[in-house]
Amino acid sequence: MRFFFFHLMPYAPLDPDYDKTHKSSWVTLPNSYYDPELGAELYNRYLDELEYAAELGFEGIGVNEHHQNAYGLMPCPNVFAGMLARRIPAAAKIAILGRALPVLANPLSVAEEFAVLDNVTRGRIITGFVRGIGAEYHSLAVNPTESHARFQEAHDLIVQAWTRPGPFPFEGKYYHFPHVNLWPRVYQKPHPPIWIPSQGSRETIEFAADPARRYVYLQTATPAATLLKTMQAYRDEALRRGYESSPDQLGWSVKIYVAETDEIARREAKPHIEAFANKFLRMPQEMLLPPGYSSLASMKGLMQAKKTITGGTRTMEQMIEQGTFICGSPQTVIDQLADYQRRGGFNIVMAGLHFGTLPHELTRKALELFAREVMPALEGAVPDGGLRAAE
Amino acid sequence: MSMQREEFVAIAGCRTRLLRGGEGPPLLFLHGAQDGGAWPPFLQRLSRRFQVIAPDHPGFGGSDTPDWFDNVHDTAYFYLSFLQALGLSGLHLVGASLGGWIAAEVAVRSTERLASLTLVGASGIHLKGVPRPDEFLWTPEEAVRNLYHDPALAEQALAAPPEEAEIDRQLKNRFAAARIAWSPRGHDPHLEKWLHRIDVPGLVVWGREDRILPVDYAHRWAGRIPGAELAIIGDCGHLPQIERPDAFCAAMESFLGRAAR
Repeated sequence: MRFFFFHLMPYAPLDPDYDKTHKSSWVTLPNSYYDPELGAELYNRYLDELEYAAELGFEGIGVNEHHQNAYGLMPCPNVFAGMLARRIPAAAKIAILGRALPVLANPLSVAEEFAVLDNVTRGRIITGFVRGIGAEYHSLAVNPTESHARFQEAHDLIVQAWTRPGPFPFEGKYYHFPHVNLWPRVYQKPHPPIWIPSQGSRETIEFAADPARRYVYLQTATPAATLLKTMQAYRDEALRRGYESSPDQLGWSVKIYVAETDEIARREAKPHIEAFANKFLRMPQEMLLPPGYSSLASMKGLMQAKKTITGGTRTMEQMIEQGTFICGSPQTVIDQLADYQRRGGFNIVMAGLHFGTLPHELTRKALELFAREVMPALEGAVPDGGLRAAE
Repeated sequence: MSMQREEFVAIAGCRTRLLRGGEGPPLLFLHGAQDGGAWPPFLQRLSRRFQVIAPDHPGFGGSDTPDWFDNVHDTAYFYLSFLQALGLSGLHLVGASLGGWIAAEVAVRSTERLASLTLVGASGIHLKGVPRPDEFLWTPEEAVRNLYHDPALAEQALAAPPEEAEIDRQLKNRFAAARIAWSPRGHDPHLEKWLHRIDVPGLVVWGREDRILPVDYAHRWAGRIPGAELAIIGDCGHLPQIERPDAFCAAMESFLGRAAR
């Protein structure tokens, strides 16, 4: 099993009572709730945590992109990757998961930024492409009905910019360039790895599993039952397209907390994971699912499925039960990850060892315990069931 | 008095549903983001004196969503083809809300087949500094409540939960409305500068208490369309044709009577 530490960088000092007057921590929450003095401290603390994880021996560290909200304070993930690039041990990778292609003005600049990072790190970046959360189509005033088409076209443009000798023209519907000619060229061959984080839409799984791409599919923020289904869907799609996928093409992004005992872990994590679920992730359906973000057919299903994110509160116990949160002693966490891996057949874990309002000391402690006790125990673990022979 | 009938026509490869009723000079009614597909009392009344044609826009209601449907310009060109295909001329073009925007886009391109243009609470232009709500962030209930000035009408509209087919229709309309109006929000930055091309009699009808497009917009439209008349209806929200059908029809009939001369 391979481990990355993933940070969301939430605005932890958010007044928890904001939801008495505001519907969401996204889009329209007044930025007067943000205190730059506290924010400056927070950013530096979060960067310290990412650097610390790299020192502790995680294979890599992960950042991502969100806009205009208290949930995640990284509107420009490549800036964060740049700040980390020359401060972490030479063996550690940086996963940028991912750039929200359709909501960005110019995907060619994304290709350029990634190419720079790829050169500076001598090929230690992992890139990721996403469509962005529905709320981001509100925040950045990008038409959600063009989301899928823009994503496809921006992706094609970036991959071509990385792999085709320039200059060449790119003649798309949304992006049209007479001269694509990337300076610098990418360092990795044929191009940096591309991972696709997703909540599990059929279209995305088919896109990632395509034999010409074989992108790592990273399941995010879903109950374990969904995880098992999407992992199987990826393998089935690969087989349908004529190849057998490797467990290294499958990953799970999940919130994890580890402490000395189950009891301590649950006690320490509870207020912070519940803040994550009920305060930072809070948004009404109109924000989460703007019209056209998904096809008409899947939208109706999503509107039913997402009632849990958009309404009601969730307890830590429910999240543990559902498998959206793994929490306990090192042995409990080892057992659960091994069990999910056995059933899910994935080999990559994007460990969200910081969440919501979790303080620095507890984050450091969890990182240390995870790196020293959980990771070594699972280092050689591979999915069974004939998915891959043990090394 | 004639009843309306449902028809389907194929225009630019788009199977298009329309309702048609009445006798007299042709009147094309272009619906708003959510109010198409029906034959409300105001259309029934107008059909006493006009041949009323009320289509579902491409992408909306009972019409196809064609591959070419990307923006409001596509819809405008579609309607120019529609008028040609149906052989309509001397036509009174009436558009409400999003349909008013489409009607204005049609009229700046060509008034050849038009006898008049009526815009009712029309979107399509933008007034800097005049606050507008973000309709795409409203819950379905908020959307209904903000349409009407009279809360009783909203209560009535909300009283019966919509049937499955109506939920599907609304979702489809929401997708199509977003395609046209998401960004730039509810307007075409290149429309206003060509409104002076409109050379047929114009009428702008507005609900004085419109909460979606404040009445400032009525004045701007009337000021930009040469010679346009302005009818502001009191105690009325975004849908004068639904909320105050008598006052609305009276204003229309008076205007159309004069425009026809």
